[in-house]
Amino acid sequence: MYEHDVIVVGGGGAGLRAAIAAHEAGADVAIVTKLHPVRSHTGAAEGGINAALREGDDWELHAYDTMKGSDYLGDAPAIETLAKDAPKDTITLEHWGMPFSREEDGTVSQRPFGGLSFPRTTYAGAETGHHLLHTLYEQVVKRGVQVYDEWFVMNLAVTDEPDPNDRTCHGVVAYDVQTGKIQGFKANKGVILATGGPGQAFDHTTNAVSCTGDGPAMAYRAGVPLEDMEFIQFHPTSLPSTGVLISEGVRGEGGILYNNEGERFMFEHGYANNAGELASRDVVSRAELTEVNEGRGVKDEYVHLDMRHLGADRILDRLENILHLAEDFEGVDGLVEPMPVKPGQHYAMGGIETDENGETCIGGLYAAGECACVSVHGGNRLGGNALPELIVFGKRAGYHAAGKDLGEAQIETGYAEGVEEEGDIDLPIEPGEAGIEPATGDAVADGSGQVADADAAVERAVEAERERVDHLMDKDDGVQHAEIRAKLQKAMTADVNVFRTEEGIKRALKVIRECREEYQDVYVDDPSRTFNTDLQQTYETRNLIDVAETIALGALVRKEFRGAHWRYEKQERDDENWLKHTMISWNGGKPSVWYRPVILEGEDKTYEPKIRSY
Amino acid sequence: MSTQQQEPEQPDTQEAPADPEMKGEESPQQKRLKRKEEDAAAREKAADASELEGETVLIKVFRYDPEVADKQEPRFDEFHVPYEKGMTVLDAVMYARDTYDSSLTFRHSCRQAVCGSDAFFINGKQRLACKTQLSDLSWPVRVEPLPHQEVVKDLVVDMEHFYEQMHAVEPYFQSEDLPGGELEEQRQSRENREKIKMSSRCIWCAACMSSCNIAAGDNQYLGPAAINKAYKFAMDDREEAELKEHRLRILEQEHGVWRCQTQFSCTEVCPKDIPLTEHIQELKREAVKKNLKFW
Ligand SMILES: Cc1cc2nc3c(=O)[nH]c(=O)nc-3n(C[C@H](O)[C@H](O)[C@H](O)COP(=O)(O)OP(=O)(O)OC[C@H]3O[C@@H](n4cnc5c(N)ncnc54)[C@H](O)[C@@H]3O)c2cc1C
Ligand code: SF4
Ligand code: FES
Repeated sequence: MYEHDVIVVGGGGAGLRAAIAAHEAGADVAIVTKLHPVRSHTGAAEGGINAALREGDDWELHAYDTMKGSDYLGDAPAIETLAKDAPKDTITLEHWGMPFSREEDGTVSQRPFGGLSFPRTTYAGAETGHHLLHTLYEQVVKRGVQVYDEWFVMNLAVTDEPDPNDRTCHGVVAYDVQTGKIQGFKANKGVILATGGPGQAFDHTTNAVSCTGDGPAMAYRAGVPLEDMEFIQFHPTSLPSTGVLISEGVRGEGGILYNNEGERFMFEHGYANNAGELASRDVVSRAELTEVNEGRGVKDEYVHLDMRHLGADRILDRLENILHLAEDFEGVDGLVEPMPVKPGQHYAMGGIETDENGETCIGGLYAAGECACVSVHGGNRLGGNALPELIVFGKRAGYHAAGKDLGEAQIETGYAEGVEEEGDIDLPIEPGEAGIEPATGDAVADGSGQVADADAAVERAVEAERERVDHLMDKDDGVQHAEIRAKLQKAMTADVNVFRTEEGIKRALKVIRECREEYQDVYVDDPSRTFNTDLQQTYETRNLIDVAETIALGALVRKEFRGAHWRYEKQERDDENWLKHTMISWNGGKPSVWYRPVILEGEDKTYEPKIRSY
Repeated sequence: MSTQQQEPEQPDTQEAPADPEMKGEESPQQKRLKRKEEDAAAREKAADASELEGETVLIKVFRYDPEVADKQEPRFDEFHVPYEKGMTVLDAVMYARDTYDSSLTFRHSCRQAVCGSDAFFINGKQRLACKTQLSDLSWPVRVEPLPHQEVVKDLVVDMEHFYEQMHAVEPYFQSEDLPGGELEEQRQSRENREKIKMSSRCIWCAACMSSCNIAAGDNQYLGPAAINKAYKFAMDDREEAELKEHRLRILEQEHGVWRCQTQFSCTEVCPKDIPLTEHIQELKREAVKKNLKFW
């Protein structure tokens, strides 16, 4: 068993920032990550980091834009924390040598992004995430933080009091991908989940193959509620064949969207008469699909994004990476042709419920980054707001886990008495658990109340995973995960996409249920313990099933249109009934849905919901 | 003409032009663009993809597993993969894995040339599988692990040594001379940022290291990627002069820059078009200027 004060799961932007903070606060910290840190998906971020740095801008404007962008489903204390901390945390990156793009006077450059009232997106070419990730990793190396890379975390070691709010997380179980060895990692102070997005639940996504929602799935099964899972951001400009992202920076710099009739449809068809291409992502995604559905798409599939008029110099200076992406992954030269683009799954606004200090309702368990939901993005994330989230809340989680006092959190976590619950959901199927005999249900926290001590919790979790792996490897026939995964991804893209109908979501839920059932018969064909990616992906597929189910379930119960969640039956925002977060808890082996009101009261003002027009 | 048939750039002198702004010379950026245009033209011609539509590509993939009896002896497996326009080598190996043999093992993640985990030896050259179109290659396509690195299993190589070399150059910003206020940034000129820009693009894929004869023969040689990483810091004006000198001292030691024999193989394979050889040359000149010990 390995032992550290703080264990950070994941080496992307959020994980690295958390590790640095925990180290600064004096903790012995280790990062356990299935990819070497520099391979993390944060490296793919292109556009930039929002931070109010300049005269004429201030954190309150940033908070206001974010609240409005969230369609009033963000929690004010979280959003204000983000906006207030982002400037100094961004400048910290500069102090660590991050190569930001520069103005004439040598200060860092900023550019306009969708939904922002001030050009506050700080960037490094069109490869901001790459530089952010590498800069943070450099600081981790500098500080000598221990990194267990290519270790796959399989589960959390949590005590099993009946009420999740009484449970404690004492560590994780992971396996060394290189050798197949399964080990316990005991955390004396805290475990921070920073495992990134769940994009692989969809088959057209900008996310990496590694984005499989492992963190949310593990936290959920241990008893932490997942919040606002139905809010999936679809990015309006991904390349049709691969899903590779064309940064919003292109529109920020003045790129124009055209339909097959050469119309600048954002204006000409009245989707956003003021902001045009720079309306927020949900608006532009719907506009594009409407164009395609009404027969004005190119090849009935996509629209064109044109940046030629910006001129080669400007493109090369600020968007060079985009030229390479369009060329390498779509065979299009952005200097001489418009680029084909369509909406693709991009970001999960929802995730593991946390407070502003990164803490979940389980003692010692934290989450930060895309896998978490402090609730800064609400119904719709503004471009350039995820990277500041990583550094602001990654840092806070790291500090807090290491024992630094950050003050009382204003956001509550965990299931509480008296919350509003969804009674009988009209479901096409009974949702349920996908266990694998004999370690059924992975009940690290099964409510039996028997394991209370740290070592025992970790040891028991290790035993359960060993059994599970033996079972998967000994079984010599059955279904392979790849088949199940493909089926799940297709169903989600078909029916839980930009436009959603009740019938469609129910159809998806049925498929998810089938996937669960098929998963009972899953087996790992590769008999080797050395670098067994078959085994790893089998685990990941199971996580995807759990996460996909919560996404679809959330989408089914939220009968309104807000942010990225559009419902055919209810095409209007319904503030009267729906200014609340959808919470899904794993209770006794199946999901239950309840609600928590949105916090609109900020430090010294209350954000009044307004119509969101651009 | 497809990429792999291109002649490697020949160095005409030891002293390749290092200054990207140099008058009369094509800047690395212009060169890259030109090459991109040529590639695109070549691709269009070679592929004329509709011709290939409906065809099947044969890929021959290196297999080895120390644990599994019939894979202990390295071999090649053949997979027939249906071709679609725009398909990359990564798509092909993923298809083979998901359809025929789930034990086929390789690293990959972003599939957009930023995570640096899928550099393989494809038709005899180090390339990123996700960035290499099947239509750019002659078929059948041979996919092998990176040469000169220990094979863990199938296409997976041990990266530990590569990481060690990257870490050996103290790859982190060390300036002590930071602005007082936490909201005040250091200043960097646009020119200086431009100067380090290419070096900052490295994705740690190790293609360069694998292609380098010197690195193959001298296990201690820092190698092109690590030297390039050090270049980024040494040339960044935000670090003070003493630090720059400290960095040059690390680089000019016995297994540092002077080992490079300007064979340009690293520059040729780098998927991020980093002018590695030029950077190494420039550091040699800097070391000479600073009168540092010459090995
Ligand atoms: C193409 C693209 C462009 C984007 N551009 C922008 C932008 O311009 N601005 C912006 O603000 N946001 C942007 N975003 C969003 C933002 O980049 C992501 O939300 C953010 O990088 C996620 O960071 P993370 O640290 O939470 O996760 P990641 O960077 O994905 O890291 C997850 C880490 O967890 C590890 N991990 C996962 N599961 C396990 C497990 N079971 N065991 C061990 N380790 C595990 C992985 O190895 C990895 O190290 C973009 C996103 C994409 C996809
Ligand atoms: S310098 Fe180029 S080839 Fe070498 S590791 Fe970096 S990206 Fe790869
Ligand atoms: S898969 Fe990330 S570089 Fe190829």
